[in-house]
Amino acid sequence: MPEVVGVGASPKRKEDLRFVTGHGNYVADIKRPNMSFGVFLRSPHAHALIRSIDTSEALEQPGVKAVFTGEDMKADNVGGLPVGWGISGKDGNPMKEPPHPPIALGKVRYVGDAVAFVVAETVEQAEAAAELIEVDYETLPHVVGAVEALQPGAPQIYDEVPGNLCCDWDLGDCAAVDAAFETATHVTSIDLVNQRLVGNPMEPRAAIGEYDAANGQHTLWTTSQFPHVVRLLMGEMVLGIPQHKLRVVAPDVGGGFGVKQFHYAEEAVVTWAATKLGGAVKWVCQRSEGFISDAHGRDHVTQAELALDTDGKFLAMRVRTYANMGGYLSTFGPNIPTNLYAPLLSGVYVIPSIYCEVKVVFTNTVPVDAYRGAGRPEATFVVERLVDTAALEMGIDKFEIRKRNMIPTESYPYQTPVLVEYDSGDPLGCLERSMELADVAGFAERRSASEANGKYRGLGVSTYVEACGLAPSRLAGQLGARGGLYESANVRVHPSGAVTVLIGTHNHGQGHETTFAQIVSERLGVPFENIDIVFGDTDKVQFGMGTYGSRSLVVGGSALNKASDKIILKGRKIAAHQFEAALEDVIFEKGEFSVSGTDKKKSFPEIAGAAYVPFDFPLETLEPGLEEQAFYDPVNFTYPGGAHICEVEIDPDTGVVRLDRYTAVDDVGTIINPMIVEGQLQGGIVQGVGQALFEHGVYDEQSGQLLSGSFMDYCMPRADNFPDFTIKPHSTTCTHTPMGVKGCGECGTIGSPAAVINAVVDALRPLGVSHVDMPASPNRIWNIINNSGARAAAE
Amino acid sequence: MTITFTLNDRSVTVDVEPSTLVSELLRDTLELTGTHVGCDTSQCGACVIHLNGESVKSCTLLAGSVDGQELRTVEGLAGGTDDLHPMQVAFRDNHGLQCGFCTPGMLMSSIDLVNRNPDPTEEEVREWLEGNICRCTGYQNIVKSVIAGAQALRDASRGDDHA
Ligand code: FES
Ligand code: FES
Repeated sequence: MPEVVGVGASPKRKEDLRFVTGHGNYVADIKRPNMSFGVFLRSPHAHALIRSIDTSEALEQPGVKAVFTGEDMKADNVGGLPVGWGISGKDGNPMKEPPHPPIALGKVRYVGDAVAFVVAETVEQAEAAAELIEVDYETLPHVVGAVEALQPGAPQIYDEVPGNLCCDWDLGDCAAVDAAFETATHVTSIDLVNQRLVGNPMEPRAAIGEYDAANGQHTLWTTSQFPHVVRLLMGEMVLGIPQHKLRVVAPDVGGGFGVKQFHYAEEAVVTWAATKLGGAVKWVCQRSEGFISDAHGRDHVTQAELALDTDGKFLAMRVRTYANMGGYLSTFGPNIPTNLYAPLLSGVYVIPSIYCEVKVVFTNTVPVDAYRGAGRPEATFVVERLVDTAALEMGIDKFEIRKRNMIPTESYPYQTPVLVEYDSGDPLGCLERSMELADVAGFAERRSASEANGKYRGLGVSTYVEACGLAPSRLAGQLGARGGLYESANVRVHPSGAVTVLIGTHNHGQGHETTFAQIVSERLGVPFENIDIVFGDTDKVQFGMGTYGSRSLVVGGSALNKASDKIILKGRKIAAHQFEAALEDVIFEKGEFSVSGTDKKKSFPEIAGAAYVPFDFPLETLEPGLEEQAFYDPVNFTYPGGAHICEVEIDPDTGVVRLDRYTAVDDVGTIINPMIVEGQLQGGIVQGVGQALFEHGVYDEQSGQLLSGSFMDYCMPRADNFPDFTIKPHSTTCTHTPMGVKGCGECGTIGSPAAVINAVVDALRPLGVSHVDMPASPNRIWNIINNSGARAAAE
Repeated sequence: MTITFTLNDRSVTVDVEPSTLVSELLRDTLELTGTHVGCDTSQCGACVIHLNGESVKSCTLLAGSVDGQELRTVEGLAGGTDDLHPMQVAFRDNHGLQCGFCTPGMLMSSIDLVNRNPDPTEEEVREWLEGNICRCTGYQNIVKSVIAGAQALRDASRGDDHA
């Protein structure tokens, strides 16, 4: 018996059957008629002039159809890759925005920068030919670190960007902060590195371009989190293809985490190459190629200070960050370390004044952009490391200092000194619940047991708040966004009462096909199995901004909710006509239309059927059909938050940090599907712990090469690195989203790095350690222990 | 060269370059795209299949070497969409997948584990899956799925004994 499966249930996911049977449809799986294969030749140098490129020998190889360079694209009037969000500096001037050609023109700016694209009948032929392209490079001095790139005399990456400074940005009241620091009893200062990460979704990127000359129709299949935005940016700004002649399809996508929410050069190149050659051109990224061509994440160097009074109350915070942009601006690059970072520096605390300046800097590295959390994990790390260090320095218990400074629940809505106004939250409730679940009281005993075994044990806590549900368009526009950030949903009710939803978000693991169906099932009383969710194809779905920034449920789900309202209203009109009743008297409840005070009723399928058989409709006032569309633009960000507590045990012989216990209590607002929310948190925590303990995109200063450029060198978190986590919700309701939802996709990644590092520092505190940079790898920890003299004393 | 092998219980004969990888043979020539390729250094496990009943990374296996052997891929686990392998059911029931990209490899590795060790502990599952990377789930629900799948398989074989 088909059933309604509504809000709060955890049905089996609709998408899983195709995945567990091997019938997913990922871009790399797609074959098209008349399809050729392309590979990129990429720069082996971090910084070099291209004197000449000789493609003649490559072109003569068997099966080779074409070899394209940046000059070929330029000659065809192909534009540069656009930036979707501009920022302005302290002086009010816009950021420096040098051109970003899809294939390098005249100069390469990082190892991996594309230099040529070879198309052949097979991948092997294209690869063999690429090796025969002769590029005459004149190498130039390079620089890979943001701080170093700002030094006088540093290599200049762009003639038009003096000193490599893209933007000198700030937020907050500098004078008020200075004044507050004057009055402080105690000032805590820390230097932090938030290391570069490589997002590595398990499915490597891929793209297929196709051109149908007879109809002038272009198609791009791509591993994207936002196909409509790719259509807009690539169509209008790069290739000059009008929107109605370009179809962008993002089918099943194997994880995104931000890495797939940019418009990439390869998308434009395959689409353009297909237009030149006819038929289809396919490119599938190799993992090692992905390491040097997927946008990276994080890479901040930060100095931060917290001013406190005698009681350990926070007075002010001052932060200076150097943010590495890499060799070009990626789609949202400059927005991440500025607008998505500084506004979160208040955390869950009352901090009367905050000032943050960010130097956004070009270097000879892979472009840096959003990666799960995007700016907010970096902000949380600053706040929670500062707070922990201040507690240590002032001799205040780490939980006590947090409680003393937390925003009281009754103070919500709470306006921070850094732009944002939190609508709701209960940080103290989250913290107390997490302490209980983590058995903080029993820690001393566990620490003694570890010590008896010759191990160090530490406990760390981190609270957090994030701004997500990107984004209220008006506010985003004021902050430099170059497009709106609403979402759209279309609810198509078929004559049988079954429903197809067309939605502009993109599902690449988040379970939208299930969660969104639950919303419709709940709202319309339609059985869960009679609802299908369609996404990822610009020819099917009206419009959409895609999936990132924990926005799908918050913005897309709200659009769906709004479209459902419209369906109910239209259904009531049809029912009123059929019942010959007044509209006000027709009510809709539990899948039934009825007239109040009578026994007249009709089921949802009956009214759906009637909508398509309008024999006696008053056509001037009642249209046939039952299909409605809504666009939803949020009025504010949403602010999920919570408290995470973890315990680590460190083996001094190996330096290995073992994550022993992890507890998370999160306020994600209304929960539609608890199973999926918990899964998002589990995955997010592992990514955050990955940053804290394992992952590091390391550049060699001498050669400019990415040293951790494969899974052999870049340490991905694996199953045996983790215990089971304890994860519990502690929700308050969002006051402005119609269903009270806040979003949950990034919580785990935001809360966890500081919790883990605070635990590592706590464990090593007996050795006099007050800070450990990420990742807390065995090598780093072993060195800290061995340089501390503790070993010598013990032996 | 021409090779003949058993694939998902059917005999297959194909012409291949001896240097072709089995992952390529399956995906490109035989159009079985359930076996995924997630890396080029044999580190991720997305490509795991069964060779004579045991899990192997198909991205390290040369087509020439499987002549006369027996292969099974994720497509060969279920009798049909309503006749799933207990491990497939367990992954679905326990939210053991998100984007689904690592899932075929996870399933094939897990089934091999349970064939060898019908009642693995959580720790044994975590250690066994060390060669399969998942970026989405955080592994907890994968471990839960494997334990549940193992239980279901034990229950099924107990049922068979009684029958
Ligand atoms: S594809 Fe990664 S191990 Fe085979
Ligand atoms: S489910 Fe996405 S990689 Fe495992």
